[in-house]
Amino acid sequence: MIEKALVGSKKYWFWVLFLLTIIFIGFVCYLYQFKIGLGITGMSRDVSWGFYIANFTFLVGVAAGAVMIVLPYYWHNHKVYGKITILGEFLAVAAVTMCILFVLVDLGQPMRVLNVIRFPTPNSIMFYDVIVLNVYLLLNLICGWTVLHAEYKGTKYPSWLKPIIYLAIVWAPSIHIVTAFLYQGLPGRHFWLTAVMAPRFLASAFSAGPALVIIAALLLKKVANFDPGEKAIDSLAKTVAYAFIANVLLFIFELFTAFYSGIHSHQAPIKYLFVGLEGHAEWVPFMWAATILAIVGILLLVIPQTRKNETTLVIASIAVFISCWIDKGIGLITGGYTPTPFETITSYRPTLPEIGITLGVWATGFLIMTILYKIVLEVRASTELVVKYEGIVYKK
Amino acid sequence: MYNANKVIPGIIIFILFFTIPIWLNFGRLEAIPKPELPKKEKKCIESKEYMRAYHMKLLDDWRKKAIRENKYIYTASDGKKYFISLQRTCFKCHNDTEKFCDKCHNFVITHPDCWDCHIAPEVAKKWQ
Amino acid sequence: MAIKRRDFLKLTGLTLVGTAASAAVGDLLTRGEAKAEEEYASPPEALKGKRWAMVIDVKKCKKGKEKGCNEKCIEACHYLHNVPSIPDKKKEIKWIWEDEFEHAFPEQTNEYLEEIFKDIPFLFLCNHCDNPPCVRVCPTKATFKNEEGIVMMDFHRCIGCRFCMAACPYGARSFNWVDPRPYIEKVNPEYPTRTKGVVEKCLFCYERLAKGKMPACVEACPEKALIFGDLADENSEVSKILRERVAIRRKAELGTGPAVFYLID
Repeated sequence: MIEKALVGSKKYWFWVLFLLTIIFIGFVCYLYQFKIGLGITGMSRDVSWGFYIANFTFLVGVAAGAVMIVLPYYWHNHKVYGKITILGEFLAVAAVTMCILFVLVDLGQPMRVLNVIRFPTPNSIMFYDVIVLNVYLLLNLICGWTVLHAEYKGTKYPSWLKPIIYLAIVWAPSIHIVTAFLYQGLPGRHFWLTAVMAPRFLASAFSAGPALVIIAALLLKKVANFDPGEKAIDSLAKTVAYAFIANVLLFIFELFTAFYSGIHSHQAPIKYLFVGLEGHAEWVPFMWAATILAIVGILLLVIPQTRKNETTLVIASIAVFISCWIDKGIGLITGGYTPTPFETITSYRPTLPEIGITLGVWATGFLIMTILYKIVLEVRASTELVVKYEGIVYKK
Repeated sequence: MYNANKVIPGIIIFILFFTIPIWLNFGRLEAIPKPELPKKEKKCIESKEYMRAYHMKLLDDWRKKAIRENKYIYTASDGKKYFISLQRTCFKCHNDTEKFCDKCHNFVITHPDCWDCHIAPEVAKKWQ
Repeated sequence: MAIKRRDFLKLTGLTLVGTAASAAVGDLLTRGEAKAEEEYASPPEALKGKRWAMVIDVKKCKKGKEKGCNEKCIEACHYLHNVPSIPDKKKEIKWIWEDEFEHAFPEQTNEYLEEIFKDIPFLFLCNHCDNPPCVRVCPTKATFKNEEGIVMMDFHRCIGCRFCMAACPYGARSFNWVDPRPYIEKVNPEYPTRTKGVVEKCLFCYERLAKGKMPACVEACPEKALIFGDLADENSEVSKILRERVAIRRKAELGTGPAVFYLID
């Protein structure tokens, strides 16, 4: 089937070339980082995780969010998702690949990464995260590819796939719960030490993931004559609406706990993010942008007319996506490291090469997504001969 | 065979490419390395053959025992005891890594990163 | 002979499994060449402890500072362990350093205490916790607790993920953002430097204990403000002092069980 990705219109090749250029720039930046060390980033002794891990955390959510399409389709026989289920699965493939790349570029000694497997350490959450992410990647690749291949041949997918699909559905939340556990079990990081971290992660995942599928599906409708089905998009929009409201609510609960209890250490990171603390306000504009985007997103998603209108729905989805990215990406990381264990503040700003590498990883993800989606569309559209067996041509 | 005119040259190019090291090093056999042995000491911790084959294994075991198990004394086969330390024991005799270690390592084109952290004696001399 | 694609893939798979298996077996065989356990022992002169700990008498420390001790403890430690002095505060590496009371005990601050401890220096170093979060989170056991209670670093194994830095509530860990060597002026040829991309911190001078010596900072202090010993031994100096005087530990409420005590009376 892969050959389907090798033929395409000028537009398709232009897009692929564009992504390859960004990947190349990112790769050059990475070579620079590989040579000099992580010193080329804005990270510091006090803020020792930054942009890479922020994007990693967010993308784990996007990957897990795909389950919101797969689950209704396979478990509740929600037929309207028939056409976009595979988009969800392949989105997960692209997102998990980006996650793995972000972790790799964040390592100080990337050549030693297999030490995680050579010396398995069950008390480390990172160990489990490596396992769940890689297995999830594999599960989605197997499910998506096999289903598509069956479709290509004009048959139903083989029965052995069913348990794997169910496993992938159950597996999806696990990747995000485990990722939340990376943070919420650390003593002395007030912003992270909260039991709602995992639910918050899930809620933001179940909104950001489907939001991206909406954007992708409607874009494909426009540029590639792909019809996701009006009902499917509306169902998905409702999922985004509920999940995102839950996400915002959970954050408000955090605010209540921090401010009603009056505990200074719980308030400090929130103050730093939203109003600035001791003269440091690096991320204030970003956090307020996230807030405004969240409000816009919720309004557009809750009002039926704007939810059903494709243009406003896309705006809402983009708003939700970016809002989640700021809140769960950079906000979560810098908030966790501020104030430092000494109750001082060290500012963090990503550097240019750091942003270059980040963009390179994103472009890699989009390239994978483009190729996989291209195959899906071509398979769907093809009426060409499918199997030639003993001289007889079987058509779809 | 389909496309034989493309496939066969392709295979040949592939094989040539992956055997580059053989071609590049062809005829270099006379350059067998002669690492400079320490002058004052005649015998290493273990026999020459053992050291030649397993020095990396020994060093790795040393690290594990010393750092991870708190055991700093190594008793060699001849009963002699050594304090486990690359810089404080090995370098007492092997006082020039360029003339000893690198000779063979370069020959087999292997570049262990020992000297990124462990301070080779000749580096220490220049540093002071 | 025509090979079907399916068969070819099966063969390839089998070959891969076979190669991996033979590599594993080969590894086991070479392991047989390794020396037996009895070949390794602990040096007779080594200082032995079950729970190494440090007590810092902050008032003596202040006295020393007034007399102009010039932070000999820090200097001794950083020289012996080839700790680089990196000018950029954000990327700096430190094993032991001095800071104020309010940074050491942010949850204890009130204006009276701040006044009392205004000019008193507090030395920060790894607390070698009983229940270290950094060890808990390390995905490769590159940092681990040894049998004497020291939180060790195996620099050869560290992958540089910096999870331990996120987990440490004391900010005791530093990361090598770049190659540290250009920032080391005076080098100690007896101890290695680190490479870029690994985490480092105070290791309670495990290498000196093995030679029967006290940690460098303890030895260097002219005021004897730093006292080192085994908490598991009732008669050790640290145990005796802690029974008699008032000592506090940083962020003890987190359940980490720090082994660095500050005498404040």
